[in-house]
Amino acid sequence: MAKQQISFTLNGEAVDALVEPRHLLIHVLREALGQTGSHIGCETSHCGACTVDLNGRSVKSCTVLAVQADGGEVLTVEGLAKNGELHPVQEGFMQEHGLQCGFCTPGMMVRAYRFLQDNPDPTEAQIRAGMSGNLCRCTGYQNIVKAVMYAAKKLREQQPA
Amino acid sequence: MIPGHFEYHAPASVDEALKLLVQYGDEAKVLAGGHSLLPMMKLRFAEPGHLVDINNIPQLAGISEQGGTLHIGAMTRENDLIASRLLWDRCPLIPETAQVISDPQVRNCGTIGGDIVHGDPGNDHPAVMMALDAELVLRGPDGERTVPANGFYLGTYFTQMEAEEILTEIRVPVPAPHTGHAYCKLKRKTGDFATAAAAVLLTMDGDTCSAARITLTNVGPTPLKADAAEQALQGQRIDKALIEKAAAEAMAICDPAEDLRGDREYKIHMAGEMTRRAIRQALDRAGRS
Repeated sequence: MAKQQISFTLNGEAVDALVEPRHLLIHVLREALGQTGSHIGCETSHCGACTVDLNGRSVKSCTVLAVQADGGEVLTVEGLAKNGELHPVQEGFMQEHGLQCGFCTPGMMVRAYRFLQDNPDPTEAQIRAGMSGNLCRCTGYQNIVKAVMYAAKKLREQQPA
Repeated sequence: MIPGHFEYHAPASVDEALKLLVQYGDEAKVLAGGHSLLPMMKLRFAEPGHLVDINNIPQLAGISEQGGTLHIGAMTRENDLIASRLLWDRCPLIPETAQVISDPQVRNCGTIGGDIVHGDPGNDHPAVMMALDAELVLRGPDGERTVPANGFYLGTYFTQMEAEEILTEIRVPVPAPHTGHAYCKLKRKTGDFATAAAAVLLTMDGDTCSAARITLTNVGPTPLKADAAEQALQGQRIDKALIEKAAAEAMAICDPAEDLRGDREYKIHMAGEMTRRAIRQALDRAGRS
């Protein structure tokens, strides 16, 4: 089957890839573009480990065709830190011990990033609902909620009033 | 785990998409949100040779009201239903239903149209559309036709839609004044399909119920309309005994398949309980509307 050229913006940089229509975005990110931060978990759109930001919305990249990202904008966990400084979401997961094995963490953080763009001052219940598409088998979620809360506070402090 | 080989098409208009469906016939499948179709393709339950992606047709998305009828584009995402002030104002049952479908990421992709035409009895919008007396606008190579949601579902994955048709729009009459609504869904966890769910709309004339709609999700091969349960309430002052009667009538038409969510007896029992809760909530809301 013929491969096709796609181009999109990945973490602010223009990238190209030669893909088959059946290739999923997660596989192209990891295998063709070498960005292995996003993880492959369940491959059935349940677990959220593969969550990336596509055109300003959180999606599960195991259930999006790579050709559908053509011309789009993708953000993965590799794009969160800037100039060697952790993003407040990353700092939150570190400070609040929001991970144990770390497998779900990239998806959690990219989802938390988008959730806080949409809702900068969330309640705990809103965080639990907003993060409900990401599964964690280690933490029991308590510290993940705290990490998102930490990041929300820090992001608000960074915003000029 | 990736799908088998297929050729990918991304038409920019409905006409172009219809041409592709005619050209490739049985080999073609329409890709909407993809969260039912792509998993089925990974598992080889579906092996289309041609995928017609309708995500690049902006005219298929959007929500408006025209003369007391809500027009919802088939490609409107679940999260856009939830974000619609118009829907919360005019028909909150629709965004409330979208909120209990899957999870935030899936709702960014999943569409109301995909959920309606897929034909899985676990989909939530079909029963709600039946309760709302919605109409589905189907476009095919020979033009457009409008079919009521009631009667659209013929069996599991089997609807009145032809292979060469695309659902373009859903038309929902704005519920009458003094109508209370509820969609009560029992699910094991976020993202799961319903173990059982009930949609209820009650229009009140003072203390009397002038019209009732009761439909059920995932307790039969298709969504079910509980006609006898509706009749039990219509023209009556609804009390505890009548709610019990309606729940019993709803349970009587259930024919669920046993699966990991429970055996038949449990699911039927839960369908009754969801019906009771939805009637009580709808009644309460009608009193306040």
